[in-house]
Amino acid sequence: MKTRLSLIALIFSCLGSAHADTVAVAVAANFSGPMQVIAPVFERDTGHKLNLAFGATGKFYAQISNGAPFELLIAADDETPARLVKEGQGVAGSAYTYAIGKLVLWSADPKLVDNKGDILKKGGFKHIALANPKTAPYGAAALQTLSKLGVGETLKPLFVQGENIAQTQQFVATGAAELGFVAYSQVIKNGQIGSGSGWLVPGSFHNPIRQDVVLLAKGKDKPAATALMNYLKGDKAKAIIQSFGYDLP
Amino acid sequence: MFLTEADLEAIWLTIRLAGLTTLILFVLGPPAAWWLARTRSRWKGPVGAVVALPLVLPPSVLGFYLLLAMGPNGPVGQLTQASGLGMLPFTFWGLVVASVFYSYPFMVQPLQNAFEAIGDRPLEVAATLRASPLDTFFSVVLPLARPGFLSAGILTFAHTVGEFGVVLMIGGNIPGATRVASVQIYDHVEALEYADAHRLAGVMLAFSFIVLLGLYTWNPQRKKVA
Repeated sequence: MKTRLSLIALIFSCLGSAHADTVAVAVAANFSGPMQVIAPVFERDTGHKLNLAFGATGKFYAQISNGAPFELLIAADDETPARLVKEGQGVAGSAYTYAIGKLVLWSADPKLVDNKGDILKKGGFKHIALANPKTAPYGAAALQTLSKLGVGETLKPLFVQGENIAQTQQFVATGAAELGFVAYSQVIKNGQIGSGSGWLVPGSFHNPIRQDVVLLAKGKDKPAATALMNYLKGDKAKAIIQSFGYDLP
Repeated sequence: MFLTEADLEAIWLTIRLAGLTTLILFVLGPPAAWWLARTRSRWKGPVGAVVALPLVLPPSVLGFYLLLAMGPNGPVGQLTQASGLGMLPFTFWGLVVASVFYSYPFMVQPLQNAFEAIGDRPLEVAATLRASPLDTFFSVVLPLARPGFLSAGILTFAHTVGEFGVVLMIGGNIPGATRVASVQIYDHVEALEYADAHRLAGVMLAFSFIVLLGLYTWNPQRKKVA
């Protein structure tokens, strides 16, 4: 009896999955927090399933150009989606800005960073972590901020670089680097910096970190992928994105 | 120039790191290998397993916990700070310490095999000739185990050259200090500088092939002589 019931359940679950689809999504490391909140809400609302992969946008670009089975790229910048569209890997006209990132100078030490970022001029630390400016938009923004403050050259010998923003945050969270530039979304809790100390860098200190999402060629004719593209523009997703400290376009 | 200045710096750094790691492990490896080869203790299994752990653990895991341990709140970090050595993460010496851990089995296991292959007989003969244990080790064991030392050294060196995950986790990508060749290639790829990546990767490929070719052609000859 029991086996027959579970057999029926199995058949029904197979039938169910014929309607609901799974979307393979590549997600920039800085957006992993909000995406993990959005995913279950999306899945509940639409019945589709999400398969999330987190990592550096540059690496995703290389993988997608070489046939990775992603259907959507939620990038950390707007250049990579544009390039993918140009090269025919992204669907033309599908890319849009879903969030504008905010940069934080952050330390695990609750007393180290003042709320104006004066510590950058005062010094007294051995390492300052940032994401690789060559590849990570948050790293480039950090570098622009330092030059704007006129300390870019003096602090350069103290730089330690994470390969992406998640690793950069790890350097600071473990205390191995006393402070560093991370994404606000990584340290925000209930609308403010959750632990340690930090300085929310004003947006005027660097070029805006426009984060775009793009529908990829492999997701072109999949309703589930289109559904997620639309969902990220919707009010529910917007509220979640904002709660993680992003600005909306 | 075929390679950029930064590439050459990364290669030189890699060679220094691998060379130093191999030298240090030539000191730290043989005692453990000898013990593992000769002991009848019930600890042989557990100790052998611990030595082999870095073979199994993902480098990112090893690197993350080394970062925690070496950080200001970790036990190693507090020790190095208290002894005035400063902090290990993001330094060349931090990479050396991590590589010594990471490459330990590559030194110990070939040596252990070589020591085991010698067997009891030559040692007993040496003892009847009144050779002290130390004398036996240097004038009997070392010459007989020379192929083992050679392959252990080459494997350790090559494995350290190929190290990536651990370096990424505790290095911080500092030119001349922690940006080794593997990280440099990764950076080129991430920055979509594929031509630079191809060149440096080509050099690494040629190097690895030559090292392994040396290992596989030279070693059997040694064995014939022995």
